Amino acid sequence: MTDFTTLSLTDLKNGYEKKDFTCREVVTSYLARMEATKALNAYVLETPDIALAAADRSDARIQKQEALSLDGIPVAVKDLFCTKDVPTTACSKMLEGYKPKYESTVTQKLWDAGAVMLGKTNMDEFAMGSTNMTSAFGPVINPVTLPGDARRFVPGGSSGGSAAAVAARAALMATGSDTGGSIRQPAAFCGIVGMKPTYGLCSRYGMVAFASSLDQAGPLTRTVADAALMLQITAGHDPKDATSLNRPVPDFVGELSAPLKGLRVGIPHEYQVEGLGADIVALWEKGRAWLVEQGATCVEVSLPHTKYALPAYYVLAPAEASSNLARYDGVRYGLRVEGATLDEMYENTRAEGFGDEVTRRVLMGTYVLSAGFYDAYYRKAQRVRRVISDEFRGVFENVDVILAPTTPTPSFAFGEEPKDPISMYMNDVLTVPANIAGLPAISVPAGLSKEGLPLGLQIIGPAFGDSVVLRAGLAVERAANFVFPQGE
Amino acid sequence: MDAQTVAKVARLARIHLDDKDLPILQERLTGILKWVSMLDEVETTNVEPMFSVHLETSPVREDVVTSASMVNDILANAPEKELDMFVVPKMVG
Repeated sequence: MTDFTTLSLTDLKNGYEKKDFTCREVVTSYLARMEATKALNAYVLETPDIALAAADRSDARIQKQEALSLDGIPVAVKDLFCTKDVPTTACSKMLEGYKPKYESTVTQKLWDAGAVMLGKTNMDEFAMGSTNMTSAFGPVINPVTLPGDARRFVPGGSSGGSAAAVAARAALMATGSDTGGSIRQPAAFCGIVGMKPTYGLCSRYGMVAFASSLDQAGPLTRTVADAALMLQITAGHDPKDATSLNRPVPDFVGELSAPLKGLRVGIPHEYQVEGLGADIVALWEKGRAWLVEQGATCVEVSLPHTKYALPAYYVLAPAEASSNLARYDGVRYGLRVEGATLDEMYENTRAEGFGDEVTRRVLMGTYVLSAGFYDAYYRKAQRVRRVISDEFRGVFENVDVILAPTTPTPSFAFGEEPKDPISMYMNDVLTVPANIAGLPAISVPAGLSKEGLPLGLQIIGPAFGDSVVLRAGLAVERAANFVFPQGE
Repeated sequence: MDAQTVAKVARLARIHLDDKDLPILQERLTGILKWVSMLDEVETTNVEPMFSVHLETSPVREDVVTSASMVNDILANAPEKELDMFVVPKMVG
């Protein structure tokens, strides 16, 4: 059987058009690849019947020359997107067995464009984590391996299953969500492209909520062009999400080919954080040179409040989470653990349903929102959020994009992960600022660490500057010529 | 944060905690609180709190029914239901 999983999206579309092969053949090939890479635990649910039925519908449209833009394209869905009548758990025991009666807007748009769902991917519980180790369904293994080294590495998180699936060619593309780096960090760790669009560009309707003022859906793909196409299809105003942007969706795909000449790139020295690896600093330098070679100009910029973004995030995100997760009460859906009184039932259900990291964040959030601490923590963090956001706005008066590393370190082996919460949170120190300010940002695989693990470079743009972010990302991709290292 | 406060917050959050879990949570939460208190270094007098990045007000819509007759869908995942209603433990004697 031909292995179609190595073909690019463009190759697939051309092949379908020329009738070289069918969607059913391609999807069958992906299902076999999912089976072969099962040990990675990237999927928590495989949906082969749904996939083959969708492939047949795509084949029928292609036969009639009525092909849609994603017909026959195999997509993995992070288990945080509600899929009608298909289990959706956010990888929490709390939602085990939950079957939504409605479809998320982002996934509906994908199916309306002909995309084929392969299954639901593993993630950190309720998207709270940077390793995929908080999942109730076990960790995900990064497909990247090092020669002569038996250690296995984390895929990052929270969209760890989506990133691993795309990197392992067990999906062509995948949906993710990014509240503090949950698309970009795993993309960097797994050697693929991941983009967090401007806040509000993709509807949050039907996404299991974590921190609503920060949550943003986005693509995990093999190439920047694929990310542009996926974003084109999933973006757009949705009356069902009050925070969804009500403005025309730009032509991301078309604007990708605009020249880079004259692009002003800012290099923020505050992103030179403590613990930033020498190999990452060198790659950052290279990235700068790549963009200059393609006609951009680079200048130093200053974002002095960068270091406050992470602590602000760890007040705001838990606060919003504690409020959002109040819905898990054992009454309407999900887990119920009985108790003698209503309150006992709530307490037992939530003790049993939430894992350690989720419990910690809900408690933290409850504390910072409680009487007497609201102003000192929550209000304060909201004020700092404005300071950080204004600071970005000022910098973007003089530059078009910012270039920075995606993460301070490459992936780490199982057993070598940071043991205390704050060191673990530092994984997101370079990705969180874009969430705090609602800005678009992309991670592009750009090189390898001294050990041989993938490293990502990040492009951050001004609000609504998703097109320029994609264009600069493409320039990095073109120059980096990244080759996926050895792996499964 | 002392152990008593952790227990109080857990009650507010309706999460049952065993006494043996209190010390580690107390340590973790105290560490995080201490770390986030670096926000106090930022001068924010006259800075308005920011609750959303692009919206200064919430959008409004007409108060009309957009979907109805969804009782079965709404109850489809209920752990316990009866007569088209969610069932909970008895609340009044």
